Amino acid sequence: MRTKNAAVPYVFWMAVFVVVPLVLIVAYAFTNFDGEFTLSNFDNIDVFLLVFGNSLYLALIATVICLLIAYPFAYFLAQEGPLFRKVAMLLIMLPMWMNFLLRTYAWMSILENNGFLNQLLGLFGLGPIRIINTDVAVVLGMVYNFLPFMILPIFSVIDKLDKRYIEAAQDLGANKRETFRRVIFPLSLPGVLSGVTMVFIPSISTFAISKLLGGGMSFLLGDLIEMQFLGSAYNPHLGSAIALLMLVLVIIATLVTNRFGNGEEGAVLI
Amino acid sequence: MKGKRMLCALLLTALLLPGCGRQSGPVVNVYNWGEYIDESVLDDFEAETGIHVNYSTFASNEMLYSSIKSGGSSYDVIIPSDYMIARMIREDLLMELDYSQIPNMANLDAQYLHREFDPEQRYSVPYMWGTTGIIYNTTMVDKAPESWMDLFTTELRGQVLIFDNPRDCIGLALKALGYSFNTTNEEEIREATELLIGQKQAGIVQAYVMDQIFDKMINNEAAIGTYYAGDYLSMVEENPDLAFCMPEEGANLFIDAMCVPKSCENYENALAFINFMCRDDIVLRNCEEVGYSTPSATALAQMDPEMKEDPVAYPSPEVLAKCETFGGLPDDTLSFYDREWIRVCLAKVKPHFG
Repeated sequence: MRTKNAAVPYVFWMAVFVVVPLVLIVAYAFTNFDGEFTLSNFDNIDVFLLVFGNSLYLALIATVICLLIAYPFAYFLAQEGPLFRKVAMLLIMLPMWMNFLLRTYAWMSILENNGFLNQLLGLFGLGPIRIINTDVAVVLGMVYNFLPFMILPIFSVIDKLDKRYIEAAQDLGANKRETFRRVIFPLSLPGVLSGVTMVFIPSISTFAISKLLGGGMSFLLGDLIEMQFLGSAYNPHLGSAIALLMLVLVIIATLVTNRFGNGEEGAVLI
Repeated sequence: MKGKRMLCALLLTALLLPGCGRQSGPVVNVYNWGEYIDESVLDDFEAETGIHVNYSTFASNEMLYSSIKSGGSSYDVIIPSDYMIARMIREDLLMELDYSQIPNMANLDAQYLHREFDPEQRYSVPYMWGTTGIIYNTTMVDKAPESWMDLFTTELRGQVLIFDNPRDCIGLALKALGYSFNTTNEEEIREATELLIGQKQAGIVQAYVMDQIFDKMINNEAAIGTYYAGDYLSMVEENPDLAFCMPEEGANLFIDAMCVPKSCENYENALAFINFMCRDDIVLRNCEEVGYSTPSATALAQMDPEMKEDPVAYPSPEVLAKCETFGGLPDDTLSFYDREWIRVCLAKVKPHFG
């Protein structure tokens, strides 16, 4: 009974900030301005397929890069002593204490054509390189902002691995590579999957990054949804319809990644 | 519709319940653009009238519109721009103003009254005005721009910053082609869109920006950009290499005016606030802080000559005659703008060599 009471604030929180908004999105997506049921919000959705494609593409690249950076990092970090770990963890978390928009603004002045990076390169007689206002800058912004969400779950899974499995593999004659490939990696998959989800979802829905670092040159789903609310034609119904489609897309992506994980370890994802 | 309202209202009360500490005395809720006032005048207003000002800001007309339209907000004074005022009047979102309670309105120059957006002058009191135009860096361009068309030449590849919103961006392309900002002819709008797509594909556009243009022009990131004259005056203080060009086709003359939304709760206080904002000393302080131009004839007469003779802030009547004010567009045209704007956003830069 006591635990039930303790859960009340959380249930209230979930209801107000998760369930109600979701219900509102669905309600708006299937109604028109007069509040009547309609499917017309989905009529012209094919116009936006290019936007979906673009977002999916950039989010996938960002997720893959995050994984490639984060996995070795998390793996080696898990082998280190407690002090090194603590410092490393602090350094990963430190930027997250600052507002996400501020960090992105900082990247803007780093990547500008006359920015910090190119001035630095100039000292060595290199560059200038053009990154700002390209897709490269957008992906970089995503990777930078979401990398900790990939490192942390992978690290915590590898860290908690039962060392006896590894010892058993070694006893049975597996070399280092085989131990990793057949024991450590499969056991760390739950961490990888939750990392992938936690990077992919914010990447596919981001809009500030493409505005600031992409200079409005690439147009993502988040921009499209924002435009329905703050563009010249105010259309929350179409905005909700697109948001709903994105939600479906994300759920499908999550199910697919879950399938890769063979459904083991119920704790994965969301 | 009603059910939806209910749900929103319920949600809002649930959210607001914990923090219901309301000001007990008289209040006025003011919703203005960011950085568009000398905030110390708010204290003066409170000291003089005893009315507490709850001041908050928005970043775009569209943001203002969506918070008024979706309901649940209770602002008493809002400061939209011309075309948004027209739209709000059409959708019956604004109160008629009792001008007898705004005696300082007599200070205003008649040329800013009875404009396209409020022809009968019943809903608005002009606050500030200004024009758009081309800002360029004299050290980075070979020849000074003269027209909007100059933003479309391949010599400026990678050097052009353009407005990041459909109305201003498609608008400048319409002007470049010799059309009106307020056209509802879809062929003309499509032609303007094609011009912008070509410009993007040719790699002429460096970025689509709003306030990010400040940093980029000040730090010599781009040679040329489109923005508001008042903001140019702030930029040139930081980077003296910048110059301003009023394109020969004419630019947008915008007027931001104070209005009272239908959902207001303190009508009398709102009128008192609007009247206060039209008083000469207050106008002068706001202009000093903001850098935009005042519609008040009496305040202008007292203004520092250096400011009032600046052709960027106060262009000559001949130049102003070429400018056009945004009017309200029908919903169909607005949706069409959004669709065409997405085509611009989605266009890809084509690789070019040399």
